[in-house]
Amino acid sequence: MKSDRELINSEGRRLDGRSPHDLRKIKIEAGVLHRADGSCSLEWGGNKVLVAVYGPREAVPRHVQNPLKAIVQARYNMAAFSVEDRKRPGPDRRSVEISKVISEALEKVVLIEQFPRASIDVNIEVLDAEAGTRCAGLTAAGVALVDAGIPLRDIPVACAAGKIGGRVVLDLGKEEDNFGDADLPIAISPRTGEVLLLQMDGHLTIDEFNEAFDLAMKGCYEVSEIQKKAILQKYQSAAAEVQE
Amino acid sequence: MTIVPAIKRDYITKLAEQGKRIDGRGFDQYRPIEIETKVVNKAEGSARVKIGNTQVLCGIKMDIGEPFPDTPTTGVMSTAAEFVPLASPDFESGPPREDAIELARVVDRGVRESQVIQLEKLCITPGEKVWLVFIDIHILDYDGNLFDAASLAALAALLTTKVPISRFIKNLDEKDRASWQQQLQDIYTIPGIDEAPFGSDDTNNTQVTINDFPLPMIEPPISCTAVKINDFVLFDSCFDEEIIADARLTVATDHKGDIRAMQKGLSGSFSREEIQKVIKGALDNGQEIRKILNHSIGK
Repeated sequence: MKSDRELINSEGRRLDGRSPHDLRKIKIEAGVLHRADGSCSLEWGGNKVLVAVYGPREAVPRHVQNPLKAIVQARYNMAAFSVEDRKRPGPDRRSVEISKVISEALEKVVLIEQFPRASIDVNIEVLDAEAGTRCAGLTAAGVALVDAGIPLRDIPVACAAGKIGGRVVLDLGKEEDNFGDADLPIAISPRTGEVLLLQMDGHLTIDEFNEAFDLAMKGCYEVSEIQKKAILQKYQSAAAEVQE
Repeated sequence: MTIVPAIKRDYITKLAEQGKRIDGRGFDQYRPIEIETKVVNKAEGSARVKIGNTQVLCGIKMDIGEPFPDTPTTGVMSTAAEFVPLASPDFESGPPREDAIELARVVDRGVRESQVIQLEKLCITPGEKVWLVFIDIHILDYDGNLFDAASLAALAALLTTKVPISRFIKNLDEKDRASWQQQLQDIYTIPGIDEAPFGSDDTNNTQVTINDFPLPMIEPPISCTAVKINDFVLFDSCFDEEIIADARLTVATDHKGDIRAMQKGLSGSFSREEIQKVIKGALDNGQEIRKILNHSIGK
């Protein structure tokens, strides 16, 4: 599908006024829910996601338990009202796939070997959707895991790059995702640079892929700083009280 | 969910005997209520309601579809509630369980039976096309009293809903448009709806400006819920009170002070006097909550 609108003009301005290397506006808040062990609310452009973490707790049903380590069960769910045409409630093939790749990405950074037979449940609710919900969900999940006090190797973070109008750009918006040429979401462990999640659809040359990958990495590091700020904001005051 | 409630029951009833509650409230007193509207851009209307630590989000989506054969000239509404596992360690994913269905049905009844949405004004072409209104309730944080939080969220979301005619106009043919224009004569007369859904034609008559317009509504009733623990009647139960409650009663009252809906739940019972007590509390609290609701929608 091609858009008759120009997604990026000759000066490199995008539809929403961003330049090719700009992220959309991101706002993160940790610890927003009362019942959850850890939680995070995140706004990323027009996306709004809420993540709650429960656990480590006994994994049920029993047959999913691993006697040597914990399992991470992420569940990505879109609210019926989060998209233009109402989505039927409940899981569909898309959300099952996204839940799986996010679970696997998170398992790499959680110290799962500390909690045999346990489950760490990460519930990702997309309340408002506007391209890039899996990156938003995974980034929020990272903060919620920290808020839940789950031992982690690193705080996972995600960001996408893509190609529109023949140019590689960071963090695709709605029209760019629908009418662009390629989308490359990645998640990394920022301390080591290890890639935890990688998907791509569209068409990129090897050179364009390398450029997009580097750009997405750069985006991840930027988002990572916002994650850390949100966590510090929640816990710095508490830490100060403890020191006194 | 077995040992802890037994210990808490002891504690909560001991406090109640001294006229106290675990969070220091009076028996009739609600926790602080916050209503935030227009929180979801993609939805036609939305609201997030907090009652204490309980948080509920409601989003309204609209579509055009076929009416039911027995009511060819009225719009269609449906209500669904999701107890997403985010909200409580005891909620599981999967198809809605009976408590989610009861909640959705009670909210649905409160809106439907009191005719809060004027569904007869949501007909486009009789027997063929009407507006569909989907009320989706998402529980975000469960600390008791979902009934009141969910109905309040549904009302606040509906009251801020705009009928998305500008998005759907392309799906309407000449006949539908003519018929809809006719129906709109009625909508113009609803107080409070003064922006014209179809604006003036421009000179060459090819472009019609179309404005989304508020959902036609009447003044809604407000639901208030009390639970009974031993012989004590407590309004707006928090989670710890709710899991040990013997009985629950919801009363919806309108702005004239009349009763518009009731629902008793759980296996305990109420006496006549206790029911009177709940009705009085529902009237008093209902008035306060109505003020908060009106304030949140800018009235």
